[in-house]
Amino acid sequence: MSNYRIHGATGEWEIVVGLEVHAQVTSNAKLFSGASTAFGAEPNTQVSLVDAAMPGMLPVPNRECIRQAVRTGMAIEAQINKWSRFDRKNYFYADLPQGYQISQLYHPLVGKGALHIEADEKAGIPADKVIGIERIHVEQDAGKLMHDQHPTMSYVDLNRTGVALMEIVSDPDMTSPAEAGAYVRKLRSILRYVGSCDGNMEEGSMRADVNVSVRRVGDTELGTRTETKNVNSVRFVMQTIEHEAQRQVDVLEDGGKIVQETRLFDPGTGTTRSMRSKEDAHDYRYFPDPDLLPLELDDEFLEACRASLPELPDAKRRRYENELGLTPYNARELTAEVETFARFETLLAETASALGKPEAKVATQVANWSLSVAPGVVKSLGDEADMAHATAARQAAILKMQDAGEISGGQAKEIYEIVLKTGREPDEIADTEGLKQVSDTGAIEAAIEQIIAANGDKVEQYKAGKDKLFGFFVGQTMKVMQGKANPAVVNQILKDKLG
Amino acid sequence: MSVTREEVAKIASLARIEMHEGDLDHLVPEFNKILEWVEQLGEVDTSGVEPMTAVIEQKLRLRDDVIDADPKTGGGRRDDVLANAPVAEHGFYGVPKVIE
Amino acid sequence: MTEFTKLGVREIRDGVAGGDFTAREVADSFNAAVEAANALNAFIVVTPEKAIDAADAVDAARAAGKDLGPMAGVPIGMKDLFCTDGVQTTAASHMLEGFVPRYESTVSQKLWDAGCGMLGKLNMDQFAMGSSNETSHFGNVASPWRKQGSNAAMSPGGSSGGSSAAVAARIAPAATGTDTGGSIRQPAAFTGICGIKPTYGRCSRWGVVAFASSLDQAGPMARSVEDCAIMLGAMAGFDPKDSTSLDAPVPDWFGNLDADLRGKKVGIPKEYRMEGTDQAILDSWDQGAQWLRDAGAEIVEVSLPHTKYALPAYYIVAPAEASSNLARYDGVRYGLRDLPEGAGLQDMYAATRAEGFGDEVKRRVMLGTYVLSAGFYDAYYTQAMKVRTLVQRDFDAAFGECDVILAPTTPTASFPLDSLNDDPLTMYLNDVYAVPASLAGLPAMSVPATMTEDGLPLGLQIVGRAMDEQGVLNAGLAIEQRAGFTAQPEKWW
Ligand SMILES: [Mg+2]
Ligand SMILES: [Zn+2]
Repeated sequence: MSNYRIHGATGEWEIVVGLEVHAQVTSNAKLFSGASTAFGAEPNTQVSLVDAAMPGMLPVPNRECIRQAVRTGMAIEAQINKWSRFDRKNYFYADLPQGYQISQLYHPLVGKGALHIEADEKAGIPADKVIGIERIHVEQDAGKLMHDQHPTMSYVDLNRTGVALMEIVSDPDMTSPAEAGAYVRKLRSILRYVGSCDGNMEEGSMRADVNVSVRRVGDTELGTRTETKNVNSVRFVMQTIEHEAQRQVDVLEDGGKIVQETRLFDPGTGTTRSMRSKEDAHDYRYFPDPDLLPLELDDEFLEACRASLPELPDAKRRRYENELGLTPYNARELTAEVETFARFETLLAETASALGKPEAKVATQVANWSLSVAPGVVKSLGDEADMAHATAARQAAILKMQDAGEISGGQAKEIYEIVLKTGREPDEIADTEGLKQVSDTGAIEAAIEQIIAANGDKVEQYKAGKDKLFGFFVGQTMKVMQGKANPAVVNQILKDKLG
Repeated sequence: MSVTREEVAKIASLARIEMHEGDLDHLVPEFNKILEWVEQLGEVDTSGVEPMTAVIEQKLRLRDDVIDADPKTGGGRRDDVLANAPVAEHGFYGVPKVIE
Repeated sequence: MTEFTKLGVREIRDGVAGGDFTAREVADSFNAAVEAANALNAFIVVTPEKAIDAADAVDAARAAGKDLGPMAGVPIGMKDLFCTDGVQTTAASHMLEGFVPRYESTVSQKLWDAGCGMLGKLNMDQFAMGSSNETSHFGNVASPWRKQGSNAAMSPGGSSGGSSAAVAARIAPAATGTDTGGSIRQPAAFTGICGIKPTYGRCSRWGVVAFASSLDQAGPMARSVEDCAIMLGAMAGFDPKDSTSLDAPVPDWFGNLDADLRGKKVGIPKEYRMEGTDQAILDSWDQGAQWLRDAGAEIVEVSLPHTKYALPAYYIVAPAEASSNLARYDGVRYGLRDLPEGAGLQDMYAATRAEGFGDEVKRRVMLGTYVLSAGFYDAYYTQAMKVRTLVQRDFDAAFGECDVILAPTTPTASFPLDSLNDDPLTMYLNDVYAVPASLAGLPAMSVPATMTEDGLPLGLQIVGRAMDEQGVLNAGLAIEQRAGFTAQPEKWW
């Protein structure tokens, strides 16, 4: 239970949030036609006779869209319905050529599931939380209206019409903007792991309908909710909730009532307003689409879907902690994005084989390198850095020298800098640039001999038990060696000599 | 059960069919006569009967995910989809300005 | 020389293939007959050039020794519900007036591929909604038939009334029809011709303007059972573009025609003896049973207990589907747009649809909108779909005891135009015998049987098991052979 509250003039209010996320299914062709789904084409060039709802045109479902929705359902541990059906949602609008959207109301493809969000104190999420998912159904996207191209007309582009969407409907389980934000981020991460949606919110591949209601703290009745449509970024989702909740509290405290309505979010002002065009679209007259038969999936299909699932964010995070021994922080950072863990796992493999050690033994070193050291170097270089040079092999080579004690952490950074600027090989850089530490005991012993000779009194005091003098001898040795001595070797020899 | 003039008018607006008072005069009684007649279906005991889902028993076929596999159901034919449009400009369909 | 317009499908294709005459000669004479028959108003547009081009192609193919299609050289009429590439397709509505598709329906394409040519697009009831061909935006179709001693224009039936009138008047040897709740069988019965609605899914619905998706089926209308068998063979077949298309091979219905019904059982449904049915119809029904017995069949009584509820169920299901199927006619992408001064998008929709739809279409769209609307869906639509299940079970049970069912096609003979318009409900009752087979998706055909004493044709209906078009056609052939139906309408047009 989050402690998010709205402090009204008449008391404390809490909020209840449910999200309907529309995620565009990754597929070549549309849900019921062969037209392309590619983004950004010329208007109406990716429209089939079917998408334009020409007389006598009929829908035939795309297997890949069904497959991706099923895999997504499996990724949120949801019940997959082997028998589902498409229904028609009837309403009139210029972006809806058929006069109905083919969707799934009565028998969705995916039933109840759940999504886990992690505690994040400073974001305002006190504890880990499970957000229920009510269903995922497959449906057609609508077309696009452009209102600013002509003084008296709106223009209609049907390229997006009929593209497959998954509508992922959460339970009203979220009680703060932060939880909603975390939910969307986590959902996006899962979709991208699974590969069923590119999660590109700017291009509209993922949009949220945000359902918000408020109630006085302690009330158990849900308040009347509003639905704000097509909010297309995590930040906007959070803003929508903040604004809409505050608005509702103001209305209620002024003695008004909340109308159940569809609203629109204005990113410019961060506010929402009633959506006139959808006002009278409330009786959708859903009924089973008579152009289609029930969708029946066999075990073979379902097994293939399951078998094709990758390791998912939560499982990966647990493995990183338990098997690779990474800190919870590192584990979360590394598993958040597909690109991040992909880079990490490649470098981890390279390094492990370079060092001839099991991955678990080098994981922490690689994690620190990937999350702090390497990014730090890249940042400091700015445009001087050419990431094309940053191959896993070169980074592994650096980590190997460091592991062998041939170079210090500082030298590792210096070498990586040169790698990023020039693409030269780390070993060669270390040699020619003299970026190596001396581990040759002879040289170090010699240095220590002369330091002991020159500091007989301190040696006496140390032997008498003044242990902290050990640091003094280390410092002296390093000075003589111009900082290039391997600290481990220095310590060892000093211990022997000082007895 | 019979419908009022107002209800018929509401149905017409839901169906996006403009109605004039004159139309309603004959439509309302016709409508009620038909409704009264179809309501005899209420007599049928359908407990335990599933609504028909497929006229002829067969499984829904799924299509391969291939772009423009058949030109009849593929894209890339803007001229054809715009050819009969009452208003088409710059490759778009034109409709009266919509305020969202 | 041959009077080509007397010839049927088989005679024409065999004559052309055998070199007795050319396809061009045939096309020319039918084009002329069509031109001379404006009084029937059977066509919305005529396409003589299409008929000629197809004929010339066939003649050329024959000259080149290529093998010809199963309907090579046969010019046909195309119901205006089938989208035809480059030729106006209106479904007899003002809404689609001037609409010229850039695509060809699967069924019409199959017919062109089989060697047919197109005489024109046939008039019909608007969006296939009607049983008398009086709802067309392009005017009534007049039946070539008239009552003895009367000049009153009679109904050719509907919705495929242009098709029935044209074939009966011999201005086309055959025509396509579509049947949602009797729209092939009832007009065939009214005009003394044959028509078969195959099993739901046999003929692709792709490119056919939709009325009620779960009921619509295309089928042939011609003057003989064998012509229907030939033409159905050319129209049927699996189409991956139609999700409800049957993925099954098309049998050689024509090749397997066999009027010997020994060992077959013919069911007579006892619930079909309804009041309101003319004595003449009941008599021809008994006569039909006699003929089938004579053909070797055993006549058994069967029961279809939910018959009474089939028609009301149909008048919920069909309008519900239609209300949604016709939502696409909104004045945006094709067809009529009515944009009153200063109207917004939604006003444009309402004005366009008020202007573009006729009264019967509006009535059914609104009925369908109502039965699907919030609070009524289960009481009406769901209940109707349950009754539909029961109707189908009735047939399953009946076909446990018989191979085909014999019934009247209609409760009355044809009636004068403008005689039933004031009362939609009596009009609906025309399809009381036709609708049950539609609800169950079963193959059903009407064949001419007898005449009323005032000289109007009466048809008999045969309903078969799903996929058993052969059984239906065979029983139809047995009746045809015994009925010796040779009556022809007196030419008045
Ligand atoms: Mg929604
Ligand atoms: Zn949706």
